[in-house]
Amino acid sequence: MSRSGRGRVVPYLLLLPGLLWLVLFFLAPAVQLAATSLYDPAGSLTSGYAMTWSFGNYPDAVAAYGAQLGRSFGYAGLATLLALLLGYPLAYVIALRAGRWQYLLLVCVVAPMFTSFLVRTLAWKTVLSDGGAVVGLLRDLHLLAPDGRLLATPAAVVTSLTYCYLPFMVLPLYASLQRLDPRLLEAAGDLFARPAQVFRRVTLPLSMPGVVAGTLLTFIPATGDYVNAELLGTPNEYMVGNVIDAAFLVRLDYPQGAALSVLLMVAILALVIGWLRRAGPAEAG
Amino acid sequence: MVVEEPSGALRLVGLSKRFGAVTVVDRLDLTVPAGSFFALLGPSGCGKTTTLRMVAGLTEPTGGRILLGDEDITRLRPYRRPVNTVFQSYALFPHLDVFENVAFGLRRRGVPEVAGQVRRMLSLVQLDGYERHRPEQLSGGQQQRVALARALVNRPRVLLLDEPLGALDLALRRRMQGELRRLRTEVGGTFVHVTHDQEEAMTLADTVAVMNAGRVEQLGTPAELYEFPATAFVATFLGRSNLLAGTVNGRSGDDLLVEAYGRRFSVPSARSRVDSGAVLLGVRPEKVRLVGTAEQVPAGHQWLDGTVTDVGYFGVSTEYSVRTGAGVELSVFAAADGESARIPAGSPVLAHWHPRHAFLLHHDPHHCLHHCLHHDLHDDAAAAAAAAAAAVRAGRE
Ligand SMILES: Nc1ncnc2c1ncn2[C@@H]1O[C@H](COP(=O)(O)OP(=O)(O)O)[C@@H](O)[C@H]1O
Ligand SMILES: [Mg+2]
Repeated sequence: MSRSGRGRVVPYLLLLPGLLWLVLFFLAPAVQLAATSLYDPAGSLTSGYAMTWSFGNYPDAVAAYGAQLGRSFGYAGLATLLALLLGYPLAYVIALRAGRWQYLLLVCVVAPMFTSFLVRTLAWKTVLSDGGAVVGLLRDLHLLAPDGRLLATPAAVVTSLTYCYLPFMVLPLYASLQRLDPRLLEAAGDLFARPAQVFRRVTLPLSMPGVVAGTLLTFIPATGDYVNAELLGTPNEYMVGNVIDAAFLVRLDYPQGAALSVLLMVAILALVIGWLRRAGPAEAG
Repeated sequence: MVVEEPSGALRLVGLSKRFGAVTVVDRLDLTVPAGSFFALLGPSGCGKTTTLRMVAGLTEPTGGRILLGDEDITRLRPYRRPVNTVFQSYALFPHLDVFENVAFGLRRRGVPEVAGQVRRMLSLVQLDGYERHRPEQLSGGQQQRVALARALVNRPRVLLLDEPLGALDLALRRRMQGELRRLRTEVGGTFVHVTHDQEEAMTLADTVAVMNAGRVEQLGTPAELYEFPATAFVATFLGRSNLLAGTVNGRSGDDLLVEAYGRRFSVPSARSRVDSGAVLLGVRPEKVRLVGTAEQVPAGHQWLDGTVTDVGYFGVSTEYSVRTGAGVELSVFAAADGESARIPAGSPVLAHWHPRHAFLLHHDPHHCLHHCLHHDLHDDAAAAAAAAAAAVRAGRE
């Protein structure tokens, strides 16, 4: 009796540290954030905020910064798509064709992460600068007007976002492609599937777990990113992260910053759930 | 519903495959008649899978040609060949249910009326009601049927089966052999069945090719192969054989005279692969009988005398090991017909057989090295077991 009693308690005891951690560092701040988003917008940091259940903060925030909110999802979505289009072939080659070069190539994919995020973004600034080689080449090829530039354009922000999160796309894709049984590909060929059909009917569906994980790991942090827009764009390219950053640190409008944060969280959650429903484990098997 | 497909034999002409310096399939010439159940039998690693993969188009030959009827398919991409494979590992698509697995080939070819054909094929392999199951929810035997149905539903001109029953337990294997025979009669087409299980090859196939080290040693019906093997390898790989090393030293009428272990034997020349030089005289263990005295040996039979060293009881038969005076070990199978009493180990006996049951093979000392060695090991084990048994008996007394 006491044995089985203890047997039932132990799993919960093991959960305890993790739960405490979550309550302390996730749940409590989240509740605090939600509460802040409903404070009286007339308050200030010096005079203090009153809890007035001001749900009006939300429509106000959307009215003021809807463009940046929309841009966040637009840029992040585009960057995720680009990362998928670049990352899938890369992961495919590394996992199925690279043979003994596999691990070296993987290290190359991860290598940029050895340097600081900030340094890399600043490096992009140099690469894309008006006097830089890339702009020069594009101008020579007439792909860019003689006075056209890359820096301070949406293209610069999306390119850099893609670059920053590419490893997070490639690694899960690699993991799922690497587990792919090559005999299944042979069986598909034996059953009259042309190479394109083998990919569409076998390779792609079996690598869906990697696609789902990779897109989530890219899309979620990219949506909340503000460093790229800050360093490579102008206020015209600012994303919601820049607005939240400013609301908390420059304008000191805490209720509005909190409302935007909560909106961002809820919107990401909704998109993630929608995506998992469409492409998630049930279909990927 | 039976569509008349263009028929034609599958022919392998000088087919070779080298991996680096290793020749795995060595100038293989083989004709598989249209509509036959053909078994490719050989020990593990002799190149069976490689041969099948070349026919399927999954491995590129380094030499030779593959013809299907009049068409040369050697360089055809796998998805263009009217050939389907049942893989050793089944290779079922884990993300598709049973129905979609079976429908896969039909859908890729854009065949109309997929559902009806899939249903009929599933009921043929007795998997009605499993359409929506995932492969991982099925037992090994059921997965194997899905693999069969998935290939057969395409009505391939040649169905390739790579050790299809290898992963099943013995009882299931025997049952699936029956299933395969039934399917073959119901669906038709040419079946090429690869196996290392000689019993499977003999019970299923109408033609068996025995393969060894990348070459075909002998091709024929199971009965031809068993009754008159062409090489020592076939004689020992397909069933068991007693092989006595000797030399041909004469002829008497239609018989060749062979001297072995200081005794003279005769073998009908129609059952001889050679007529001079070093030979192996073979007799199947069930063709040899044991008697106690020379008077009991029937007229016309030939014999060797020796001592029973081991008795193995198998129910349907009893296997005796007899060590002859000349030092050769003979295996003798005695059917449990209820007529003859068991002979205890240690009894002096005469092992006799009729010359028409013997066969004569070329004695390639190099070749024999491998087999005789194998044989000796086997005999050593038997002798050791007999010695151990004797020791136990001695201890009891
Ligand atoms: N891709 C390959 N590369 C190198 N050697 C191989 C390859 N495939 C098979 N072999 C070798 O060829 C020989 C025959 O293999 P296989 O055709 O699979 O034999 P079996 O099916 O008769 O057991 C084996 O010794 C195996 O190691
Ligand atoms: Mg094999």
